[in-house]
Amino acid sequence: MIVEAKAVRFGDNVDTDVILPGKYLGLTEPAELGEHAMEGLSPGFASKFVGGAVIVAGKNFGQGSSREHAAIALKAAGARCVVAESFARIFYRNAINIGLPAMECLGILNQVADGDRVSVDLEQGQIRNLRTGATTSTEPVPLDLLQVLNDGGIIEHLKRKRAHE
Amino acid sequence: MVHDITGPLAVQSWKNLEETKVWDPDRIVVIFDHFLPPPTEQAAKLQKMMRDFVEEQGIRNFYDIGRGGICHQVMPEKGHVHPRDIIVGADSHTCTYGAFGAFSTGIGSTEMAAVFATGNLWFKVPRTIRVNVTGSFAPSVMAKDLILEVLRKLGVSGANYRGIEFTGQTVKDMSIAERMTLCNMSIEAGAKTGIVAPDSKTEEYLGARTTKSFERLTSDEDSTYERTIEIDASTLSPQVARPHSPDNVAPIEEIPESRIDQAFLGSCTNGRTEDLRIAAEILDGRRVHDHTRLIVTPASQEVYQKCLEEGHLEIFAKSGAIVTNPGCGICIGIHMGVLGPGDVCVSSSNRNFVGRMGSPQAKIFLASPATVAASAIAGRITDPRKMS
Repeated sequence: MIVEAKAVRFGDNVDTDVILPGKYLGLTEPAELGEHAMEGLSPGFASKFVGGAVIVAGKNFGQGSSREHAAIALKAAGARCVVAESFARIFYRNAINIGLPAMECLGILNQVADGDRVSVDLEQGQIRNLRTGATTSTEPVPLDLLQVLNDGGIIEHLKRKRAHE
Repeated sequence: MVHDITGPLAVQSWKNLEETKVWDPDRIVVIFDHFLPPPTEQAAKLQKMMRDFVEEQGIRNFYDIGRGGICHQVMPEKGHVHPRDIIVGADSHTCTYGAFGAFSTGIGSTEMAAVFATGNLWFKVPRTIRVNVTGSFAPSVMAKDLILEVLRKLGVSGANYRGIEFTGQTVKDMSIAERMTLCNMSIEAGAKTGIVAPDSKTEEYLGARTTKSFERLTSDEDSTYERTIEIDASTLSPQVARPHSPDNVAPIEEIPESRIDQAFLGSCTNGRTEDLRIAAEILDGRRVHDHTRLIVTPASQEVYQKCLEEGHLEIFAKSGAIVTNPGCGICIGIHMGVLGPGDVCVSSSNRNFVGRMGSPQAKIFLASPATVAASAIAGRITDPRKMS
């Protein structure tokens, strides 16, 4: 699985209250949630993801609340993948489960500037910065998780598995 | 366990699986707490959807408005937690039940849909960080101050993918309520769970609440820990987490006496009878400062009733505070006391991220119930040792 898009860059410890503020937790439709993605940083931030984006972030991305709404909002806003130095564990599981690719990569913040076009190869564990030409290597996403992502999330994955049984 | 925010997404995903019957209705608990009572039509609709699901699936462990309160308080109160249980909840503070020797952790809604369908989930056994606590707390210093000190030492990702085990004489001497405060905020260091070895206090608490038999458990003599943090509780002052991170902690002596607009006493971290009792003792015969509003939220109906009987609610009312029904609304910035731009709040809850309790221009200081009460009286962040 390869994802290519512009990078939208964040620092360390981005929390789920910032990704999707509590006042929007009454929403359940992905498109509506997407309009408010990252609104905790500034109103209208979600427009930065339009047309597709790779989120590049520092340590402990997605800390805090277990609200899956946060991962859903990012995906619906246009995020196609999150590459972070590390993830908070509940966010990581949520992202994979809803079909938002997430990959850990130490040192990625030094390699990518906001707005750079990047190509992320989840199977090989490589992030190529198309502006600088630099390639950063990391642990690939494990095969069983790739299968979940290829199927579009855990629900579609389970349905497909059942159909084959 | 699901509540009224994460439940609807779980049910939505479960329906996408084209399922018609949950794996075991008796092992699912549904608790309404985030929209208590619903502040919007949208929230009311979500609760309606969950009521329909509960009825259609024959889920008997359902706590509607007025029947329960904050999920992490209701779960043990109603006998749904035992030592050695494995409990997943679609809420990050599910780690609270480690206070009873259960393995409990937060998951997302879609994972919960898989649990509803199959009863199965995968976990890796985490490495464990031990927090060993000795010494007695000084007066007006509480479990909250201890866990804030742990967060200062570990940082917000210091226990990511790990468990935290709390050991030592101080933990043994703690009430169930205090142990719950410790385990509750383990997630603020990123931990998968927090845990305390169950003992006679656990048995006494649960004995009155469950018919299921359970066994104690302890760590093996030769357990290995990734690291051990030693804390002498007797050296601790009241601690405060400054904006905008729960690990931005300092002893109260180092906190400038900031003026506060709002004080909040409640939440799954510190909304129990023991917490409200300590605050009431400080507020008794005193008034909340003119420029400060104090909001008190008992964690559950049971806590509410107990505090009513013990006279604490009367003290709060006389002091100029308001007492709300149980719920999560204020801590998560939904309703019951949302902060406006420029507001400064001292809160007994667990998170002070930007925008957590409302406006991104508000500031939140996290502290113990004693510090919240003392600060509400003084109108500025105040050391509770000066008020007793």
